[in-house]
Amino acid sequence: MSILDYILGSRKKTANVAKDRLKLILAHEREAGGPDFLPALQEELLTVIAKYIPVDKNNIKVSMERKGDFEVLELNILFPDQH
Amino acid sequence: MARVIVITSGKGGVGKTTTSAAFASGLALRGHKTVVIDFDVGLRNLDLIMGCERRVVYDLINVIQGEAKLQQALIKDKHCENLYVLPTSQTRDKDALTVEGVTAVMDELRKNFDYIVCDSPAGIESGALMALYHADEAIVVTNPEVSSVRDSDRILGILAARSRRAEQGEEPVKEHLLLTRYSPKRVEDGEMLSLEDVKELLRTPLLGVIPESEVILQASNQGIPAVHMGNSDVAEAYKDVVARFLGEEKPLRFIQAPKVGFFKKLFGG
Repeated sequence: MSILDYILGSRKKTANVAKDRLKLILAHEREAGGPDFLPALQEELLTVIAKYIPVDKNNIKVSMERKGDFEVLELNILFPDQH
Repeated sequence: MARVIVITSGKGGVGKTTTSAAFASGLALRGHKTVVIDFDVGLRNLDLIMGCERRVVYDLINVIQGEAKLQQALIKDKHCENLYVLPTSQTRDKDALTVEGVTAVMDELRKNFDYIVCDSPAGIESGALMALYHADEAIVVTNPEVSSVRDSDRILGILAARSRRAEQGEEPVKEHLLLTRYSPKRVEDGEMLSLEDVKELLRTPLLGVIPESEVILQASNQGIPAVHMGNSDVAEAYKDVVARFLGEEKPLRFIQAPKVGFFKKLFGG
């Protein structure tokens, strides 16, 4: 790309656009995908927890994400109201 | 102990077969007994890139189906002493590759070779899964372009979940990123993702950068693996890749655009 092109604005810097789009879509797809064992893990955890506390199947969420060098397994359980 | 390396990418046309041929040849040039296997059943092409297409008699599928011995299917490379090619079949039967069959072939090859290089087909279907299943290490070939980067991310996820090492809870497959068709000038002009961008997006250690070059077409036209192409940038870049793979420190080369004169800068060209 020549300086004249630049001055006349005939070409855009598109690499940054590509990078930003990829950042978003990769983060989204990594979250959606996750390891293959997650659904099974979720199912088994639910069985164990349900033995002691009545929880709704929809109120348990298992997710895994990478943070730097670590992988974080996140477990969210919403307990039913006590009263 | 033999090491199995899969050359993979998800996306087609990014340079898997070119890289398989050059990388396997490079390992052999360094004195390692190496075999390179084509896993792209139905779309055989490694034989053409290696220049041995007229010497194919038996193939991987013949060996798996017991119609030929492994020794009969292995083709000795004409450029390197320590290199053999195991071509695939042109059958349209998608289920020709079986897990048991491939495992048996791998076990036998492991006894006789230092390195087993598996050229994966594009996609994430059974052929690609078969190619990566036995891998100890993976070279993910990526172009600095959105669809290639996204597909590489997918294949990295699959490597972490579907390889034999993942299934058996062993140490994970060692992943390497190889950027190909890299154009330093376009990167400097802000038109192409830089190697830093791709590294950051894929979070995978970079094994090397292969510059965009007309030499690749000259090499494939003649059936000569790119690593043998004289003193070209591409040949040198692939030799560096092999050296780094073998644990040597090699700074990246061919990642800066040549300096251009004032007038060219002003008017382009």
